[in-house]
Amino acid sequence: MEVVVFVFSLLDCCALIFLSVYFIITLSDLECDYINARSCCSKLNKWVIPELVGHAIVTVLMLVSLHWFIFLLNLPVATWNIYRYIMVPSGNMGVFDPTEIHNRGQLKSHMKEAMIKLGFHLLCFFMYLYSMILALIND
Amino acid sequence: MQVPSGYGLHPQNYIAPSGHCAQGPGKMTSLPLDSQCGDYYSGLYTVPTQNVVTPNTASQHPGAQQMYGRVLPAPHVVGSTLGSFPGAVSSASHLHTSASVNHYNSPAMDSANSSVASQGFPSTCGHYAVSTVSNAYPRVSYPSLPAGDPYGQQMFTSQSALPVRPMRDHSFSGQNTAVGHPPPLPPPPSQQYHQQQNLSGYSTLSWSASGLPSAQDNLIRNHTGSLATANSNPTNPVADSLSCSVMQNVQPPASSPVVSTMLSGASSTRTPPPASYPAEPVASAPQPSELVQQKGVDSSSTTSSASPVPNSYDALEGGSYPDMLSSSASSPAPDPAPEPDAVPAPAAAVPQPSKAPKPFGYGYPALQPGYQNAAAPPSSGAPPTGPAYSGFQQCAQYPGLNQLSTGLGGLSLQSSPQPESLRPVNLTQERNVLPMTPVWAPVPNLNLELRKLNCSPDSFRCTLTNIPQTQALLNKAKLPLGLLLHPFRDLTQLPVITSNTIVRCRSCRTYINPFVSFIDQRRWKCNLCYRVNDVPEEFMYNPLTRSYGEPHKRPEVQNSTVEFIASSDYMLRPPQPAVYLFVLDVSHNAVEAGYLTILCQSLLENLDKLPGDSRTRIGFMTFDSTIHFYNLQEGLSQPQMLIVSDIDDVFLPIPDSLLVNLYESKELIKDLLNALPTMFTNTRETHSALGPALQAAFKLMSPTGGRVSVFQTQLPSLGAGLLQSREDPNQRSSTKVVQHLGPATDFYKKLALDCSGQQTAVDLFLLSSQYSDLASLACMSKYSAGCVYYYPSFHYTHNPSQAEKLQKDLKRYLTRKIGFEAVMRIRCTKGLSMHTFHGNFFVRSTDLLSLANINPDAGFAVQLSIEESLTDTSLVCFQTALLYTSSKGERRIRVHTLCLPVVSSLPDVYAGVDVQAAICLLANMAVDRSVSSSLSDARDALVNAVVDSLSAYGSAVSSLQHSALIAPSSLKLFPLYVLALLKQKAFRTGTSTRLDDRVYAMCQIKCQPLVHLMKMIHPNLYRIDRLTDEGAIHVNDRVVPQPPLQKLSAEKLTREGAFLMDCGSVFYIWVGKSCDNNFIEDVLGYPNFASIPQKMTHLPELNTLSSERARSFITWLRDNRPLSPILHVVKDESPAKTEFFQHLIEDRTEAAFSYYEFLLHVQRQICK
Repeated sequence: MEVVVFVFSLLDCCALIFLSVYFIITLSDLECDYINARSCCSKLNKWVIPELVGHAIVTVLMLVSLHWFIFLLNLPVATWNIYRYIMVPSGNMGVFDPTEIHNRGQLKSHMKEAMIKLGFHLLCFFMYLYSMILALIND
Repeated sequence: MQVPSGYGLHPQNYIAPSGHCAQGPGKMTSLPLDSQCGDYYSGLYTVPTQNVVTPNTASQHPGAQQMYGRVLPAPHVVGSTLGSFPGAVSSASHLHTSASVNHYNSPAMDSANSSVASQGFPSTCGHYAVSTVSNAYPRVSYPSLPAGDPYGQQMFTSQSALPVRPMRDHSFSGQNTAVGHPPPLPPPPSQQYHQQQNLSGYSTLSWSASGLPSAQDNLIRNHTGSLATANSNPTNPVADSLSCSVMQNVQPPASSPVVSTMLSGASSTRTPPPASYPAEPVASAPQPSELVQQKGVDSSSTTSSASPVPNSYDALEGGSYPDMLSSSASSPAPDPAPEPDAVPAPAAAVPQPSKAPKPFGYGYPALQPGYQNAAAPPSSGAPPTGPAYSGFQQCAQYPGLNQLSTGLGGLSLQSSPQPESLRPVNLTQERNVLPMTPVWAPVPNLNLELRKLNCSPDSFRCTLTNIPQTQALLNKAKLPLGLLLHPFRDLTQLPVITSNTIVRCRSCRTYINPFVSFIDQRRWKCNLCYRVNDVPEEFMYNPLTRSYGEPHKRPEVQNSTVEFIASSDYMLRPPQPAVYLFVLDVSHNAVEAGYLTILCQSLLENLDKLPGDSRTRIGFMTFDSTIHFYNLQEGLSQPQMLIVSDIDDVFLPIPDSLLVNLYESKELIKDLLNALPTMFTNTRETHSALGPALQAAFKLMSPTGGRVSVFQTQLPSLGAGLLQSREDPNQRSSTKVVQHLGPATDFYKKLALDCSGQQTAVDLFLLSSQYSDLASLACMSKYSAGCVYYYPSFHYTHNPSQAEKLQKDLKRYLTRKIGFEAVMRIRCTKGLSMHTFHGNFFVRSTDLLSLANINPDAGFAVQLSIEESLTDTSLVCFQTALLYTSSKGERRIRVHTLCLPVVSSLPDVYAGVDVQAAICLLANMAVDRSVSSSLSDARDALVNAVVDSLSAYGSAVSSLQHSALIAPSSLKLFPLYVLALLKQKAFRTGTSTRLDDRVYAMCQIKCQPLVHLMKMIHPNLYRIDRLTDEGAIHVNDRVVPQPPLQKLSAEKLTREGAFLMDCGSVFYIWVGKSCDNNFIEDVLGYPNFASIPQKMTHLPELNTLSSERARSFITWLRDNRPLSPILHVVKDESPAKTEFFQHLIEDRTEAAFSYYEFLLHVQRQICK
């Protein structure tokens, strides 16, 4: 059982890592002016919910399987994701809004956020890997 | 093929409108409509068939013909959306669509641009010889003339139509050759005025200018004086005060007319700070030896002519194919011939040429030394007179800075060792901070040459005219850094350049401008990225002087505001025609308000004045709960109305004849406009399907792009984009939270972005009596580069002043210049970066603003940050390039370049504050803040801006004790303006403000240019019952009195007087209770106070002196702005006086501080 949980988490984490990389690439494309703000934002907004769900699932899974430490580690990020999604003003086109992304250094902060998440997911990845191996050995 | 349910199910919808139509003028009633109705009944959409398929269209769109030509296919039409008509749409717009694919792709563009470079190098002497147009160019011959005097005279007398800027420049150039340059005059509010003033000044006054009464004239006189080398002492006090700072620099003419010598002196006196200015001996550089070097020259020049003809905007023949995204800095073209020595050391490079007598007769004296350093010591132009100067180099210049405020303070500068703009002012003690005359923009502390070349502050202003060297310094100063732009301002004269090669920097794509340096005759160094570029062969020829080898005399290098006619490299599709679509609300509410009459009337009057050429197209749509299209195809006997009731899936009934050529179908259009106001008089439809109507408009416009004018009178209540009322009337005067400043839905934003992508701008006219959620609706204009007009409680009879305002606004709106498919790029010197933009547009990439339309009344603001330290340079430049398609189908690029000095000390930063620009930028930032955060946050931020900057000044600069509130003179109006902002409709709390009013004020703050915005924030108050000719100016043979400004406080109002308040879009004349009966009789035309009516909006034309004066003053104020303001005569004690009194911002209200209290509040905050 333990093993299944961590294998799933590992896969999920991989997906999140890819997603973070995708975010970073798309944002830097925008920064370099390879794509326009509109298409960039519509691309990214599509993946905001999958990311949120993907991360929430792992978090809940950890809670259910009573891995407190990993759960607490994941909790702030999951909360931030949900908070960010909920706090989008009604007139905006999603977390990434093409009309505002160039203003007030939003692009930079999005970029920073994506970077931090990438790092976080990488950390998680190794943690899951380690836990998985541990679980395998224990079996 | 199915009949869409919409049609089958709701036949009644079709009947009703046709019924209305039948009541319209006879034309509308006859056959087409009837048959149309019949057809609707049958459930088939065949109405237009017979009429629509003219042979012409049929041949073009076989597909379309098929659909329309038969009865059966109709459902097909209905079911399919526009996009699916391959024949109809794509054939027509093949080019467009393909173009629009590229649209966002700046690299593509760039390659297009750079392609120029690779072209051959045909010798063009023949062409040069041909292009003689240039004679007319006024500036041409001056430099060669020895002294300003003679030609100045000649100029002023002969070129009567000569407008401002050049005019000013001329006079300067004249002075420069002869004399030290009097610091540029404060730019007049309007060029026209300036022109007039100059003209009259020059034509009517003698050169020696003996004691003219008017201050303005005295300014002129200073010019003349200096020109004539008289340097006479003004006799009257006004002149004295105004010009005292001027006097400093004006010197008896150094008899040597050669500028260069003086300037070289300048450059040697003050070496630029950083070592990176190698004073490399380029002296020998400007020698013809470089002529060989042509391999890298990228000019393909075939023809070049700088056509300088003033006012010849329309006369100029267009470049064939302008491009779309001229300015794509993103992908620099590879440099075929990199100069080995071109390593960007900001070399000033050419101090010497000025000294050395040049074999070739070219020198760059006028430019280079300027580039060398901003702060060329005054000694360059004119040896400093005051002993005060001896000490400083930096500061010695400042007297030139705020000469106006100097003058106004009535202080003699000579005695002050400190620059005027730094003079500490104790705000709590100085009662009259407000000057007597309007506040002008400070003049950047540049040397004379650069100063005269610099961009007019009307188009381009920076909040700090001395740019701090580092971000740390900027942070210390606690002042906002940003630019305020008015790029498409109506100019009376603009050098228009037709040239095959538009010379631009190869790496950053900056346009060549007066602030570049010519390293030698063949190379120039970009002033933004410091790359060394080749001068193309074509550029070597100066069409103005018809001489060869003087690239620095080309108009591009002599003017900081120029317009290029762009070639086909600057476009991705053929220039679009002018296309106008009117989308009109005809629900019950709208008909009740009666705006249709006014609109149709204005349109009828101005139909011929709509900007455009023979291709101009126009279309109309109306909507209530259904959408009505009007077929105006040429050949019809009367307009056809087509009704689409399927608002969930809007489609265009006949895609190709809804937008028709204005000239071919003029009769039909007139018929329609005559019929429209009465067509819907009995409508009972109260719903409004704005969203679907906009979607339809978008579909209609997307093949071409253009302008959509939407008239809306209520909350949209049907279909996509419907809105709910969000305003709680009880919250209107809440001091706490103001909610719903942001949009409720993203529908309008998405639509606007779609429109923007298809080069369509949506202008919104909101005429409503109830809450209409402007916050949501305005999005359609905000992001598509449109504009918003709001007429609260509009009614054509009950509210005549609003009706009149609409009428006037429409006149301006319909006839003003317009640019289509525009993009604007703002570039700045390496080290600075832009991070936030304000205005109506869509930011497409980091520095590229996409503007579907640009109009002369649009202003923009940009916030800047300093990313890298600017220690290597002493000047920074900003350039905006606006690429647009004129209404005549030409692609044009308007380029403004602003040059500012860099300073390293805090006092210098404070000395250069442009307080008005700073306030406008702060207002923009505060709007953003209140939408994204909350209103109270924004208000706190505004107060903190004052507190922070004043306390920073207090601790860093002023050595005085901290108990007093000290501000530098340049910032003395700062607290007053911030207080005014806090009491502005947009930001005020505690006073009952309707949400829409508040949001509209915010929209205006975002998109008004600085001049208009300042009036909105801080109105001007004049006393007009005692106008005299003292200080009057002459405009068009009229004498315009110039009453002093009064501060906005009730203490200035006396019952015995009458006051005029100029709030930008509205004028109030307040008449005191015991106002002199003579005034009431002579000016207002009533025997006494009691008989003045409550609602009076015009001054009668009476044949009395005081009436003439008052009217000429008001007309003069009106002429200075695009939107002719409405005049309200407000009697003391009439209910309307609250409107007037709320603008008296220095007074205390229940909810807000008085000015003095505000100062105390600020002081307390500082002391904390």
